[in-house]
Amino acid sequence: MTTETLLWLIPLPPVLAFFLIVIFTNKNRALSHTIGVGAAALSWLGSMIVFARALGVHELGKTPFQSTFNWFPTGAAWFKVGVLIDPLGAAVLFFVAITIFMIFLYSVGYHNYGQPAGDHDRKGLPPHGATVTDEHGHAHVVPSIEPMYSRFFAFLGLFAFGMYVLVLSDNLLTLFVGWEIMGLCSYLLIGFWYGKPSARDAAVKAFMTTRVGDVFMLLGIAYLYSATGTLSFREIFNNAGFMQALATTATPILGLSAAGLIGLLLFIGTIGKSAQWPLHIWLPDAMEGPTPVSAMIHAATMVSAGVYMVIRMFPLLSLDPRTMTVVAFIGTFTAIFAATIAVAQNDIKRVLAYSTISQLGFMIAALGIGAYVAAAFHLITHAFFKALLFLGSGSVIHGMEHGVLHVQGEHAGSPQHAGSPQHAGSPQPPQQHIDPQDMFNMGGLRKKMPITFWTFLIGGFALSGFPLVTTGFWSKDEILADAWGHGHLAVFITLAVAAFMTAFYTMRQITLTFLGEPRTKEAEHAQETPWTMTVPLMVLAFFAVTYGWVGIPEHFPGLGGLVPNWFHDFVGHTLAHVPEAPAFSWVPLLTSLGVALGGLFFGWLYYRNVKSAKEDVFQIPVLKNKWYFDEAYNFLFIKPAYWFSETFVYKWMDQWLIDGILHSFGKATQGLGAAIRKYIDVIVVNGFGDLVGYGTKDVGQGLRPMQTGRVQQYMLAALLTVIVVGAILTFFLAA
Amino acid sequence: MTVLQLIFLLTAAVILGSAAMVVTAKNLVHAALWLIVTLFGAAVLFAILNAGFIAVIQVVVYIGAIAILFIFAVMLTRREMLDRGPQLNRGWWLSAIIAVIVFGGLAWLLQGWDGLTKTAPALSSGFDSLEALSRALVSPDAYVLPFEVASVLLLAALVGAVYIAFQRKGEE
Amino acid sequence: MIPLSWFLFLSAALFSIGLFGVLARKNAIAILLGIELMLNAVNINLVSFWRYNDPSRIDGQVFTVIVFAVAAAEVAVGLALIISVYRHRNTVVADEIDLMKW
Repeated sequence: MTTETLLWLIPLPPVLAFFLIVIFTNKNRALSHTIGVGAAALSWLGSMIVFARALGVHELGKTPFQSTFNWFPTGAAWFKVGVLIDPLGAAVLFFVAITIFMIFLYSVGYHNYGQPAGDHDRKGLPPHGATVTDEHGHAHVVPSIEPMYSRFFAFLGLFAFGMYVLVLSDNLLTLFVGWEIMGLCSYLLIGFWYGKPSARDAAVKAFMTTRVGDVFMLLGIAYLYSATGTLSFREIFNNAGFMQALATTATPILGLSAAGLIGLLLFIGTIGKSAQWPLHIWLPDAMEGPTPVSAMIHAATMVSAGVYMVIRMFPLLSLDPRTMTVVAFIGTFTAIFAATIAVAQNDIKRVLAYSTISQLGFMIAALGIGAYVAAAFHLITHAFFKALLFLGSGSVIHGMEHGVLHVQGEHAGSPQHAGSPQHAGSPQPPQQHIDPQDMFNMGGLRKKMPITFWTFLIGGFALSGFPLVTTGFWSKDEILADAWGHGHLAVFITLAVAAFMTAFYTMRQITLTFLGEPRTKEAEHAQETPWTMTVPLMVLAFFAVTYGWVGIPEHFPGLGGLVPNWFHDFVGHTLAHVPEAPAFSWVPLLTSLGVALGGLFFGWLYYRNVKSAKEDVFQIPVLKNKWYFDEAYNFLFIKPAYWFSETFVYKWMDQWLIDGILHSFGKATQGLGAAIRKYIDVIVVNGFGDLVGYGTKDVGQGLRPMQTGRVQQYMLAALLTVIVVGAILTFFLAA
Repeated sequence: MTVLQLIFLLTAAVILGSAAMVVTAKNLVHAALWLIVTLFGAAVLFAILNAGFIAVIQVVVYIGAIAILFIFAVMLTRREMLDRGPQLNRGWWLSAIIAVIVFGGLAWLLQGWDGLTKTAPALSSGFDSLEALSRALVSPDAYVLPFEVASVLLLAALVGAVYIAFQRKGEE
Repeated sequence: MIPLSWFLFLSAALFSIGLFGVLARKNAIAILLGIELMLNAVNINLVSFWRYNDPSRIDGQVFTVIVFAVAAAEVAVGLALIISVYRHRNTVVADEIDLMKW
C-alpha cells in the first residue's frame, strides 16, 4: 500500500485497542494486554516501513509524504488537514514508535501479569502483595497483579494515539488535538491510582499547569490562522509572502513582530508541556503515576511533543530574534535550575524527573540559539536513554518491592509479631517500613539485578555524555559546539556547568543504587525482574549506545568523515535552507569531555562512602524543596483562586447576593400573599360571602315575625300593599 | 226629590246603619239579626232597580238560608261570657283607616269615570227580566255552563260542609 | 231619577264597612258576616250596572245569580270549618287560630 495510506493507518491500532479494551475486554487481562501490545507492535511496524521508505527518498524535505483532505468549510474555502512525513517527522516517528512499543511490553511485567490477586488490593490503589503458601506450608508474600490491569493498557493506547496524531499531522490544529489528547491521558495516567490523594492532586496539577501553557498556545494558533488563513506547516513556511508578512507586521505587545508574538505564544505552550521553568512544577509530582507512565510521559512522548512542536515551528520562531532570546534564556535557565534540584533528591524517580526537565532545557536552549539539528538530535537521543533510565528505575523499584514483600512476609511469620497466633501465616496489612523508591535504602543492587544494572549504567552514561560510546555525548557535544561556534558564551558556560551537574547527580544515583553494599534488608532481598521488563531495557540500551553514531560531525578528529553525518543531512533538509554545521573547535569538545568525566568521577568518589542521607552534604533545604516554587505558586495563584471561588463567588455572590435576592423575592411574595389573604381574602371575599349568607338569614329572621298566622293581619297587610302600590302607580308613575 | 229618590235614601240609610251595627255589635246574635236587616235593605234596592227576581232570591236565599245558618253557627259555637268584652281586635283602628282609604279610593276612582251620572234608561212596558234570565241560565249559547258549574259547586260545598262538620260517634 | 252614582257610592260604602268588619272583628263568624256584607255590596253594584247600562242584556243578572250561589256555598263551607275548628280548639276567636305560619 502507498505510504500515505500507511500514514493514515499508523495511529489507528492504539485507539482501536483503547476502544476494544474499554468496551469489550476489560475483564480479560490476557486479551487486553495482547490487544494493547499488539496494537503498539502494529503501529511500530507501520512506522518502520514508513521510515525505511523515507530513507530512500532523495530530498525528502522538498517532496515529503503527505496527504490531505477537506475537513470543514470556512466560507468559500475548506480547512484542510492531513498527514505529513518530512525528514524531521520520519526521525521522530522512528523513536516514538519504538519507545512506545517497548513501554507497552514493559507494562505487562511491571503490572505483574501472571501473579495472583492481592490480599488487600483494591482498585485505585497500588497492589500490595499476595500471600501464597507453598507445599511446605511456608507463607510468602509475592507481588500481586495490578487490579486495574486492562485499564492501564487502554489508557496507554489512547496516549499512543495522541502522540502519533501529533507527529504525523501536517498542521497546527491536529497537532493541537494530539497535544490535548496527551494532556488528558497524562491526567488519567498520573492519577491512575486514584485512591491515593497525592496521585489525584498530582494529576490535577499536571493538567492545570499544562493547561496554562495550552491557553497561550491556542492564542498563538488563533493569531497565526487569522494572519495567514491556514495552519498547515508547509503552506506557511514555503510561502515567502507569508513569512515576510509575519516577520514585518508589528504587534503592540512588547514591540514583537507577528512572527515573534506567535512564536512566543506557541512557545509558552511548550513551557507548559515540556515542563520548563516557570511551569515545571507538575513534572516531579507526575512521578505518582506508574513507572511506565513516567517513561511514556517524560521520555518518549509528552515532553518530547513540546520540543517537537518548537522544532517544527522553528522557521517561524527564527524570524524574530527577541523571541529566540527568550527561548534560549528559558531553556538555559531551566537546564541549570533543574540540575541544582536534582542533586538533592533522594527518590530515584525524582532525580530522573528533574534530569528530564534539565535536558529539555538543553534542547530548548539549542533551539533558542538556532541549533536546529542539534536540538532534534538531542531530542531523539534523550528519548532513548531517558526511557531506558525510567524503565530501569521501574525495574529497580520492582526489585526493591520484592524485597519489601519478602521482609514483610518474614515479619508476619516471625515470633515477635505473633502476639496472636492466628496472625501467623496471614500477612499484616503492609506497614510502610521503608520507601522502596528511596535511594538511600538501596545499594549493592548490581549483584542482585545485573541486567538492570548494566542497562541503567549505559543509560546513565548516555545522560552524562560519556564520550564516544554513548549517544548523549554526541548530541550534547553538538549543542555545546553550536553554542561556542556561534558565540553564545553565556549559554555555553551555563550549559557546561549544567552538564557537569548532570554527570554528578547521575553518578550519585548509580552509586547509591547499585554500587557498594545493600543498606537495608529489603535491598538484600531484591530480585531481578521478568523478561517482559528486561528485554525492553536491552533494546533501548542498544539504541542508547549506537544511535549517536549516525550524527558524528564531519570534522570530528579521527572519527569524523568515516561515517557521513547522516542525521545532519537528513533532518537538516527539512528546512528550506539547510543549516550549516558549526566549524570544529577543540574548546567545546574538551569542555564536554571534562564535564562528563569529571562529573562522573566526582560523583562516584563522593558517594561511594556516603552511607545515609544525613551524611550527604548536598541535602540543602532550599534544593530539597525545589527552591520553594511550589510554595510560592500556592501563595500567589492557588490560594487566591480558592479564595475567589470559595469566598468571593460562592459565599458573597452566590449565597449572599443571588440567594439573598431570591430569598427576598420569596419572602416578599410570601408576605404579599399573606397580606392579600389577611386583608383581602378573609375580610373582603370571605366577608362578602358570609355577608350574603348571614344577611339573608338575618333578613329572613327579621321578617319572620310578620307571619303571625292570623288571617286578618295577612289581609291587612295585603290591603296596605295594594293601597301603597296603587297610590304610587296613580300619583307617581302614571304618565 | 222624587219619591223614588226618597225611598232610595231611606233604604240606603237603613242599609248602612244596619251594616255598621253588624260590624260593631257585641252580641253575635244581634249582629246576625242586623245582617238580616241589611239584607232586607238590599232586597229593596233590587226591587227599585227593577230586578224583582233578584230581590226575592235575596230574601229567600240570603235571609232565609244564609242568615239562619249564621244564627245556627253562632249558637253552636257559643260560650258563656264570650259576648262580653271588646269584639274588635287590637288593630281595629288600622282596619278603620284602611276601610276609609278603600272607600276613598273607590270614590275617587268613580269620580274619574264619566259615566257616573247617567240615569237609568227607560224600560219598555211589560219588561220582564225573569224570562230572559231563565233562558239565559239554561240555554247552551248562554250561561248553562256556569249554571251547571255553580250547581256542582253547591254540591261540593254541601258535601264538604257535611264532611267537615260531621261529628262521629263518641267524638268530642 | 236616581243617578247611578248614588248606587255606586252606596255599594262602595257597604263594601268598606264589610271590609272593616272582616279586618277588625275578633270572632270568626263575625268575619264571615263582614264577608257577606261585601258580597252584597258587589251584588248591588252588579244589578245597578245591569239596570243602568243595558237592561236588555241579562248578563248582569246572571252574574248576580251566580254570586248568590257562590256566596251560599262559601258560607256553608266556612261555617262548617268554623264549627269544626271550634270543636277541636274550643275557640272561635280568629287571633287564636294562628297555625298558618312557620
